[in-house]
Amino acid sequence: MRAPVVIIGTGQAGFQAAASLRAEGYDDPVVMIGEEPHHPYQRPPLSKAFMTGKQDAQNIFLRPSAFYQDHRIDLLAGEKAVEIDRANRRVRLASGSNVAYQTLVLATGARVRTLPIRGAELDGVCYLRTVDDAIDIRTRLEDARNVVVIGGGFIGLELASSARSLGKSVTVVELQPRLMPRMVAPLLSEFYREVHSGQAVEIVLGAAPVEIRGQDGRAREVRLSDGTLRPADVVAVGIGVLPNFELARDAGLAVSNGIAVDAYLRTGDENIYAIGDCAEHPNVFAAGRVRLESVQNAVDQGRSVAAAIAGRPHRYESVPWFWTDQFDVRLQMVGLSMGHDRIVTRGDPQSRKFSVFYFREGRLIAIDSINRPADHMIGRKLLASGVALTPDQASDESLDLKRLPPASPSM
Amino acid sequence: MSIFGRKEKETATVIYVSPAGDAREIAVPVGDSVMEGAIKHGVNGIVAECGGACMCATCHVYVDETFLNRLDPMDATEDEMLTCTVSPRRPNSRLSCQIRVTQELAGLIVRLPETQV
Repeated sequence: MRAPVVIIGTGQAGFQAAASLRAEGYDDPVVMIGEEPHHPYQRPPLSKAFMTGKQDAQNIFLRPSAFYQDHRIDLLAGEKAVEIDRANRRVRLASGSNVAYQTLVLATGARVRTLPIRGAELDGVCYLRTVDDAIDIRTRLEDARNVVVIGGGFIGLELASSARSLGKSVTVVELQPRLMPRMVAPLLSEFYREVHSGQAVEIVLGAAPVEIRGQDGRAREVRLSDGTLRPADVVAVGIGVLPNFELARDAGLAVSNGIAVDAYLRTGDENIYAIGDCAEHPNVFAAGRVRLESVQNAVDQGRSVAAAIAGRPHRYESVPWFWTDQFDVRLQMVGLSMGHDRIVTRGDPQSRKFSVFYFREGRLIAIDSINRPADHMIGRKLLASGVALTPDQASDESLDLKRLPPASPSM
Repeated sequence: MSIFGRKEKETATVIYVSPAGDAREIAVPVGDSVMEGAIKHGVNGIVAECGGACMCATCHVYVDETFLNRLDPMDATEDEMLTCTVSPRRPNSRLSCQIRVTQELAGLIVRLPETQV
């Protein structure tokens, strides 16, 4: 029997690679290795529907356990891969055993950045990455009155929204002068500041936590760089993630801001691929190489790598998309807006239904849609097909975006 | 009971029909979505990339006409998300993550489109 395809990581990307291998008709053994004791599950609900109790734990799993047996996917949950032996093509596990591979897929994901301040070790200082983290925060919120969220990005603001919806008093602290600074244009940052303020979430911008003070080992308050003290029973930290590239690096593979792969998601070793949050890849929708943290990227790279392993390689050229739900506002994003030099809006921000179109050198590169799903869905098609759209057309609501002429052959 | 534990729940039958015409009858817990019923029982043809957040339109189904007026009407979000499904939208198109299973819907028939992505 041939050695298996071994997938390290049981998150969304690893799961998709395994499922797509079978969907591709691939017949050799498939092994998944994951540190978490659970079957693959969805992470997006953890900060949202799962946190507020709207979604049950049994409804977050990507597939029932029978799926893995039925599809001959050998799922080693609760096993940690500690070394890749490229010369002998095998992976060593913390438990001491070795797993041979013919092809290795690194879907090792990312881990949370931790807060480097005094008091960060106190009980009640929480991070959110896994379902166990989410259960912990959810349990703590039951008895909490005051919640301080450190970080005004997606995770921080989603947690703030959930905690506020559960009736907690919530403060969000963001180091930059605006919310979601790396993701959206300033006008959207301001829009979200108003959304949260309107729900009585206090937003503190341009400030950093300096110290967490506790009592009996439990967090009680957070001291900020502006000198103020904020009471906190729970300090929820969402200040970004770091890619898990150490296994690859220690095996001599190239890493930078992630595990470096080519357009086929292959590392410098032709038998090793990397996908999902850990993979730094060339992206046709960016000006260069990027590492993306999203469901779309995990799913589409999982599909792409499965096709490559099954003998049908194609360049990874999927349109990036993202979403966040906060209170009753849904933001859907398509494309990558980094490096934009012009934005126009379609629709009136006061109506809470509008889109922001981002251009670079006259070319549409991204659309962020607030409560306007149709713009987002059409935007995916526009960006995938490279349809030319001018800023004037984008802001003209009398123009039906679905009826634009097809892309010119030069695209 | 563990938080992952399953409570015994009331169920209602949903019939999923593949593009080739093969039908699968599944007892879906009341309160789950039609999408969740499919995912938990390995029904091919429902992708549900976003996991039920009404963000991806890859759980598109065609609802049997006899059941259409028994469903809660779709909201504006679902309506807009259906504008760009990969298989063509029809008057009976719905996103199955937005249909909650109830006893009144027992026997619900949904037909799966040719493709979701």
